[in-house]
Amino acid sequence: MKYDVVIIGAGVSGSAIARELSRYQLKTLVIEKEEDVCCGTSKANSGIVHAGFDAENGSLMAKLNVEGNQMMPELSKELDFSFKQNGSLVLCFDEADRENLVALYDRGVKNGVKDLQILEKEEVKKLEPNVSDEVVAALYAPTGGIVCPFGMTIAFAENAYTNGVEFLFDTKVTDIQKQEDGWMICAGEKTFETTYVVNAAGVYADVFHNMVSEKKIHITPRRGDYCLLDKNTGNFVSHTIFQLPDKYGKGVLVSPTVHGNTLVGPTAIDIENKEGTNTTQEGLDQIREKSGRSVKNLPMNQVITSFAGLRAHEDGHEFIIGEVEDAKGFIDCAGMESPGLTSAPAVGKMVADIIVKQMQPEKNPTFCGTRKGILDPDTLTKEERAKLIKKQPAYGNIICRCELVTEGEIIDAVTRPLGAKSLDGVKRRTRAGMGRCQAGFCSPKTMEIIARERHIPLEEVTKSGGNSRLIQGINKDSL
Amino acid sequence: MKQYDIVIVGGGPAGLAAALEAKKSGAQSVIILERDGELGGILNQCIHNGFGLHTFKEELTGPEYAARFSEKVKEEKIEYLLNTMVLDISSDKMVTAMNREEGLFEIQAKAVVLAMGCRERSRGALNIPGYRPAGVFSAGTAQRLVNIEGYLPGREVVILGSGDIGLIMARRMTLEGAKVKVVAELMPYSGGLKRNIVQCLDDYGIPLKLSHTVVDIQGKDRVTGITLAQVDENRRPIPGTEEFYSCDTLLLSCGLIPENELSRGMGVEINPVTSGPVVNECLETSIPGVFACGNVLHVHDLVDFVSQEAAAAGRHAAEYVAAGEDKIFNEKKYVIVPKGGVRYTVPSSINPAKMDDEQVIRFRVGDVYKNRYTSVYVNGERIVHRKRPVMAPGEMEEVKLKKEQFMDCPEETEIIVTIEEA
Repeated sequence: MKYDVVIIGAGVSGSAIARELSRYQLKTLVIEKEEDVCCGTSKANSGIVHAGFDAENGSLMAKLNVEGNQMMPELSKELDFSFKQNGSLVLCFDEADRENLVALYDRGVKNGVKDLQILEKEEVKKLEPNVSDEVVAALYAPTGGIVCPFGMTIAFAENAYTNGVEFLFDTKVTDIQKQEDGWMICAGEKTFETTYVVNAAGVYADVFHNMVSEKKIHITPRRGDYCLLDKNTGNFVSHTIFQLPDKYGKGVLVSPTVHGNTLVGPTAIDIENKEGTNTTQEGLDQIREKSGRSVKNLPMNQVITSFAGLRAHEDGHEFIIGEVEDAKGFIDCAGMESPGLTSAPAVGKMVADIIVKQMQPEKNPTFCGTRKGILDPDTLTKEERAKLIKKQPAYGNIICRCELVTEGEIIDAVTRPLGAKSLDGVKRRTRAGMGRCQAGFCSPKTMEIIARERHIPLEEVTKSGGNSRLIQGINKDSL
Repeated sequence: MKQYDIVIVGGGPAGLAAALEAKKSGAQSVIILERDGELGGILNQCIHNGFGLHTFKEELTGPEYAARFSEKVKEEKIEYLLNTMVLDISSDKMVTAMNREEGLFEIQAKAVVLAMGCRERSRGALNIPGYRPAGVFSAGTAQRLVNIEGYLPGREVVILGSGDIGLIMARRMTLEGAKVKVVAELMPYSGGLKRNIVQCLDDYGIPLKLSHTVVDIQGKDRVTGITLAQVDENRRPIPGTEEFYSCDTLLLSCGLIPENELSRGMGVEINPVTSGPVVNECLETSIPGVFACGNVLHVHDLVDFVSQEAAAAGRHAAEYVAAGEDKIFNEKKYVIVPKGGVRYTVPSSINPAKMDDEQVIRFRVGDVYKNRYTSVYVNGERIVHRKRPVMAPGEMEEVKLKKEQFMDCPEETEIIVTIEEA
């Protein structure tokens, strides 16, 4: 049983590639070390669809960013994930820095970003009344947007899966060996033979690359701490607000999320540990200080959670995508830091094209490019909603009171293709537990639904797979 | 669309007491909308005793205390809907709710009593740095798992915050076989009742570390340990005082937040100090005919006072409905100003025409005070001066004002509640 393609990593890049490959008659497997898709860099980032003015002219980053940005509106409809073109602003705080703002504008135009504009202070204040009075001008990019990073990754993966791609979770690749015509991938005791390997392993991409190539690459996990604010701050800003890098550094962004929260961050702290997703006091303090430069009176007392993600920063700060020179059939998708999320749709196409060109596979005759997400009853009219509850009463039972998530949605999240297995899996698919009480009230109820729908004892329900069990025993069992 | 005189949002202790008193005061149709599967609210998971000392002169468990009220509600044939979530209340008192049986439905109320209770402050709101593994629970969530579901959420426990639920859970987890290593409190004093510190910590030899907080949570999948540090007077961790505790569980009992999303949605004015509605002597919010009571109004320590307060709200709601079109009479409003260590008062204004003969004013102080006086000034004249041996933020205080003291006051009257040294 030999695969045509094995993709290492079920993040947004791996999932986007898998979906593109599912257009063809290829035997494709995605191997993921975690229990679910979207568990690494893809789950903890800014959720920004960048316009594309940031990357160097002529770089792969610039090309794929602009392409991905252009694909996003259509794709979000096809795959039914949350996306909003809210526009972005890069604030300039000092006349002395204006030339850098203009340079950014020029770079954007050269990259092919449409409708860029430089706005003066008054125009900026009109668009965003809460920006700091220190602002002197801003670069306005109407094509900038925001996306639900979980929604997008899960959509890619689900669609790939329904079109025939296999997914294997809780499986850590330990070795990759060159064979006569292809590769042998070892994951502990298990082995997989494949013609092509796609290395979409995020912060681990250098480890796998360096297993097969003499031309080494090096990825630094660059940690970004974030704070997420209550939905009651949802109107604080309506655009994504960046700061023009200046003598005070790169700054942090303040942005609405597609779900109506306000997101502040990230820091940029280089670390060694590829699993080091812990926030630090230093990081959280930085967010507080730096966000104050962009906006006035950001209600940081409305923070409902903080988290950290790791960007896969390659030393050359460029996407490394393509067949490795001295390892035929091994395709890198490495250094996928920002704008990796935006670029993912284009990355999927680019990687798939490399394989398709060489293998010339037949088209998948049953491929269906659309996918329906989990029904959000909030999007229905009162009449439609009443009808739905009559048919499926679980949609009348609110489980997460903060985000108003019903039992019906949670059942759907657990039982659908590549469904959720853990509390975090449910959270990323439905938002249950993502609100202001942070699962204080709903977690016991959600645990019961997961146990019931998956036919497992409650004790086996985890927060995020592995050893993350929520319950450690029964009362008095050790007495 | 259904119509009711009074819709009560929440079937916990506040909602139940409000419903009973509303009925008793003559309201014709009263309905309680409860989001959980039974009446009684959080009391159902509070299986320890100590409830009802003031009301019933005996020590009841939480479920027993709740049953005293819920059984009466059933006897009185007061309507209630369970597993029913109120999604929205309009400013003209149209209540939109949902459940499995009836789907989405609307109720037009003449008066509304807000009794939604509160939620616990989460790890995220506390901004505790570190990893985000399983094993970090709010104390109430752990209480539900242990007391309702029968499961032990952890075996080696550190508790942050000495709020009452945290203290109760320290004892509870110990009795179920877990090892509670330490309770840490950010403030230099405990936020819980003195009796709980004695009965839940001291009796079990569990140390309480004041002026300490959690500065790091370790463990990628499940908590493997936490780091405590001492804090300075600005509540910032002092470098060098870090101490590691290996544990699989961190319970948080760091304060309760009234759940006023519905109130805000309908336009009720909120007091930033309590995070609850601003109310007058009738416990009526800034929207006439909308009343608030219990922990949604301000967080209480003792359920007895919740029941008392809620009964008043229920009575006033019934009076509001009965008054019908001619509700408006003497609309004098004397504002109560909290000063000198008094953080807030409930109510925050009184109308002498409507106030009770003896009106209870409840408040909390912002620090620990010993041998001070609670004083009330009306237009500069001191009318109450009562010695209190100890006052602490963890224990609600009260003063009583007599109606007769206010009958001849001028239009512009200011009432000050304050703490004085002598």
